[in-house]
Amino acid sequence: MHELPVAQSILKIALQHAEKANAERIVDLNIVIGELSSIVDDSIQFYWDIIAKDTIAEGATLHFRRVPAELQCRTCLEKYHPTDKELVCPKCGGVGARIIAGEEFSLESIDVE
Amino acid sequence: MTQNIPVVENILNANDRLAEENRSIIDAAGVFAINLMASPGAGKTSLIEQTLPRLKDRLRVATVDGDIATSIDSDRAAAAGAGAAVQINTGGDCHLDAVMLRDALEQLDLSQFDLLIVENVGNLVCPASFKLGTQKSVLVASVPEGDDKPYKYPGMYRDVDALVINKIDLLPYVPFKMDYFQQGVQVLNPDVTTFPLSCRTGEGMDAWIDWLIQNTAK
Repeated sequence: MHELPVAQSILKIALQHAEKANAERIVDLNIVIGELSSIVDDSIQFYWDIIAKDTIAEGATLHFRRVPAELQCRTCLEKYHPTDKELVCPKCGGVGARIIAGEEFSLESIDVE
Repeated sequence: MTQNIPVVENILNANDRLAEENRSIIDAAGVFAINLMASPGAGKTSLIEQTLPRLKDRLRVATVDGDIATSIDSDRAAAAGAGAAVQINTGGDCHLDAVMLRDALEQLDLSQFDLLIVENVGNLVCPASFKLGTQKSVLVASVPEGDDKPYKYPGMYRDVDALVINKIDLLPYVPFKMDYFQQGVQVLNPDVTTFPLSCRTGEGMDAWIDWLIQNTAK
């Protein structure tokens, strides 16, 4: 249920950058969501249609790029994608991994006119 | 003509910045604050109830309790001996955020306290994304929830400083494989401090109390 403040935050950031570029309209927003971050993209789009009304971002399309989780074993340095049942290193069985990817949650770019 | 503008800004930046301000306020007051997170029913409020009497005459404790509605949790904290218990009703929100904690901090005279326990909304997903500004994060897991929780909620397990495993008195009765659970925890968060305990029997509480006292003394 925290997708509303998230959508508001995205709108605020996008409007700031669009204003700096003297844009008249925001057409697309490119958002990166890591698999490990707890965000539901459908709900963001739902709120977007409500909160972006009467702004230059009204009608803009949200594009979500999902980044799969990737870990690196601290023992043998193997890089691997964890599953929801197994997190240990598939090569050496080591525990203790560094998260390389999957925690992203950012607005990457906007397309404006 | 369409033009692409690179932004690359973390969407939760605004909350993170406010959390840093909260942290400055808490640090300046010389208070040790923890963000207590868990799924509903894991025993956050029970842990507070069992913790407060054990800290009596040792630390002055305030609590902030986040809940969707009702003041049941802050009432329980006050009854257990909290010097002050502020209730935040999030009005449907699934987590506390830095703005809500700021409002609560303004209702407290921090100079009167050593330890601030912030009880987040019961949820293993959303609270992980919203920093509050406490020095440490603590997750309360519980045995009946199942041993697969680190695997299903990695975002929550990887970011906490301490992990309480509550309800260990139920281990003989439920199919909870401690090795499998701990293995998931170790992969995500090898440096976490773990406290297996039972709020019901009191087993394991001493180590948890020591951890609070040591951190508060810093």
